[in-house]
Amino acid sequence: MTPAATALPFRSRTWARVGWLALAAYVIYACAQLDVSAERIASGLSNAAHFFGRMFPPNFARWDLLVKGLKESLEIAALASALGIALSLPIGFVAARNLMPAWVSWPARLVIVAARSFHPVIVAILFVKAVGFGALAGILALTVASIGFIGKLFAEAIEEISLKQVEAVRATGAPFMSVIGFGVLPQVFARFIGFCTYQLDSNLRNSTMVGIVGAGGIGGTLFAAFQRFDYDYVCAILISIIALIMAGEVLAMGVRGIFIDGLSLADLFRGRVGRLAAQGERHLEDD
Amino acid sequence: MLSIRHLAKSYVPGKPVLNDINLDIAARGITAIIGPSGTGKSTLIRCINRLVEPSAGEIEFEGEDLVGLSRRALRRVRRRIGMVFQEYNLVERLSVMENVLSGRLGYVSPWRAWRRKFPPEDIARAFELLGIVGLSGFAGSRADSLSGGQRQRVGIARAVMQQPAVLLADEPTSSLDPKTSVEIMQLLADIARDRDIPVVINMHDVELAKRFADRIIGMSAGSVVFDGPSGNLSDATLKTIYGGEDWLQ
Repeated sequence: MTPAATALPFRSRTWARVGWLALAAYVIYACAQLDVSAERIASGLSNAAHFFGRMFPPNFARWDLLVKGLKESLEIAALASALGIALSLPIGFVAARNLMPAWVSWPARLVIVAARSFHPVIVAILFVKAVGFGALAGILALTVASIGFIGKLFAEAIEEISLKQVEAVRATGAPFMSVIGFGVLPQVFARFIGFCTYQLDSNLRNSTMVGIVGAGGIGGTLFAAFQRFDYDYVCAILISIIALIMAGEVLAMGVRGIFIDGLSLADLFRGRVGRLAAQGERHLEDD
Repeated sequence: MLSIRHLAKSYVPGKPVLNDINLDIAARGITAIIGPSGTGKSTLIRCINRLVEPSAGEIEFEGEDLVGLSRRALRRVRRRIGMVFQEYNLVERLSVMENVLSGRLGYVSPWRAWRRKFPPEDIARAFELLGIVGLSGFAGSRADSLSGGQRQRVGIARAVMQQPAVLLADEPTSSLDPKTSVEIMQLLADIARDRDIPVVINMHDVELAKRFADRIIGMSAGSVVFDGPSGNLSDATLKTIYGGEDWLQ
């Protein structure tokens, strides 16, 4: 027998099997710990049926309160995105290890890690304690979230650029800021726009939620409606939030179309939305 | 105008890539540096404008030693040294015009450069140069939409845009087909003649070097082993530079 015939054709999978078994064992243990059982799910389903029954038809009678909450959510999302993008651009930039010395990039990376550590709701609770109830706390909370997300991805995008293009610009005797403007930014601009539109979308969703902890927006109205068992009004609010998120998605696709694919506004209105949607998904996978 | 004295470079201590290089580049003419891969040709040419920091030695250019210069002074000198790269090194997502104008970045403030407010005479010269390199009408195209030969033409236009006192070219034709290679070499020769500036070119292709260069420098294992007019390059010399002889048949 030749040595080749005795060699295993694939790598040994013993450890992968052990891992799967351990995962299965943990799932069973966790179900037992948390009292997850078939009976509880069955009784929960009948509760859910009752709850959904009371949600329909949705009740838009208090539409003024609804519109006020939605407007506030939209404002929170827009301001937090603008502020977050403006701050994460320089922070992400100095966090890139290929352009900055370690003593500059490490503090910036710490800021980014700190901003990413907590869920926006936890940050919102902290800001409600600090600046009081209302939209300002929501704006600050979502700004922190934006810095964490865009800053990290932007720094990573800069770390992946081609240094040959940068070298050529340096060789012309360009000062540092011109090297950035001509050698670095053009390579990462399209991805930066992608991160920003994704974060706007994410801020829009989160801005409907921070109200639950008193940080402004439609979330407060939603939470109050839940507690008063006004399920038909809850349904109206949920439908409005879905509409808001969809509008935000269309806006984000438009922005990506203009900045990344170089389309004009006229192109966008000529029914290219379907094609853009497919591209939008691809961009997210790239991110 | 450019003289290199006792230049040495080692990336890893104790393993020199260049040892004791001494060269004088005259104020005109094409100098080709030939030699096998990994012999330090690229390192040598990058030491001249300090894209690679020399470990020892002097590089005197227009009466100044470049090795000790501060960053600011180095930027000022780099404006006078144009460079053409093997892989063109264009900024892919910028237009041809922006790439050509980036040759002026050493002269234009970042604030103006970011807003693309280049002086009108720079813009006029950029259009003129695009005509000279045969790319009129391509100003608005993105660099990544061009072919290899076209990209190298943009690279040359960018370097000439600096109004350099010397032009360095690091394997400018190695990524191109034979016909385009000759065209690019011809373009570099025309520029050297018309603007009366010396051109220093690294290359692999011995025939191309003999055809276009006035002077050939042969390098082997980090040292200069031949330096003379291209007519004096014999098969025996090529054997010293590259080793072996089967490839010469």
